[in-house]
Amino acid sequence: MFPDLLALSTARPRGWLLAALPRWPALGAALLLALTGSLAAAASPAELLAAYTAEAGAAASAVRGEAFFTSRHGREWACASCHGAKPVQDGKHAATGKVIGPLAPAFNPQRFTDAGKADKWFRRNCQDVVGRTCTAAEKADVLAWLVSLR
Amino acid sequence: MRAAVYSGLAAALLLACAPRVQADEGGARVPVLPLYQQECSACHVAYPARGLPAASWQRLMGNLPRHFGTDASLDAASLREISGWLQTHAATGQRASDQPADDRITRTRWFVREHDEISPAVWRRASIGKASNCAACHTQAAQGRFSEHDVRIPK
Repeated sequence: MFPDLLALSTARPRGWLLAALPRWPALGAALLLALTGSLAAAASPAELLAAYTAEAGAAASAVRGEAFFTSRHGREWACASCHGAKPVQDGKHAATGKVIGPLAPAFNPQRFTDAGKADKWFRRNCQDVVGRTCTAAEKADVLAWLVSLR
Repeated sequence: MRAAVYSGLAAALLLACAPRVQADEGGARVPVLPLYQQECSACHVAYPARGLPAASWQRLMGNLPRHFGTDASLDAASLREISGWLQTHAATGQRASDQPADDRITRTRWFVREHDEISPAVWRRASIGKASNCAACHTQAAQGRFSEHDVRIPK
């Protein structure tokens, strides 16, 4: 909601919090609860990839992921229509023109660090591009390709 | 060291909590719901709530999976919060009874009137593209300000 505030709550104050814990046990417990709650959806790209791969029940393929990402699937748009054929730089929303930050995690550290956000955008964008939800295997393939971009 | 951390935290909190405001020349500034800003401006400028009548917002929010050709679906809680805020801050006065085609802000009477000096050729410039691209000319659109003073029409 407040990017600055979120950044603070997940990064900077952690050392401060730990230092304060012994002195104010009740406060510490409450804050810890709040922290673990807010971190429930936090993840790394590798963790999300592992989760999609486990759900798919087969190894992910970056080669298949790239093909999926850059191809059209019977509709007007490919993933690449908005994100670019190699999403290591800004893309542009095909309808609104709004700038979209790079999708490859190596070029945009915020990408694929929130399971809820990743699910939301896969849900929406797969509807737009493929006309259905994507399978776990398709998500794993695309993410495997995205994390391979350096 | 600790004092510095505290004051840094306090400053960051103050900054983070300063509400964004939306205003145009027609009326009072309204603090923008942060969730509205976050979710809607992921794809386009967070259009002013008072730009559309409540009935238009209701139809748009009831049909987000088919939102001008794209799936903009939200979770139920976010949908409720944003819809409620839009209903509260939708157009008032004469604007409230407008019935813009497709529930587009760019088809409201007030929008057409405010932009009637812009020729079709200007709208078609590559730097603008379409009337819904507020930020092309309204330099403070991302901050929710649409004042004429901030308008710079690109070549």
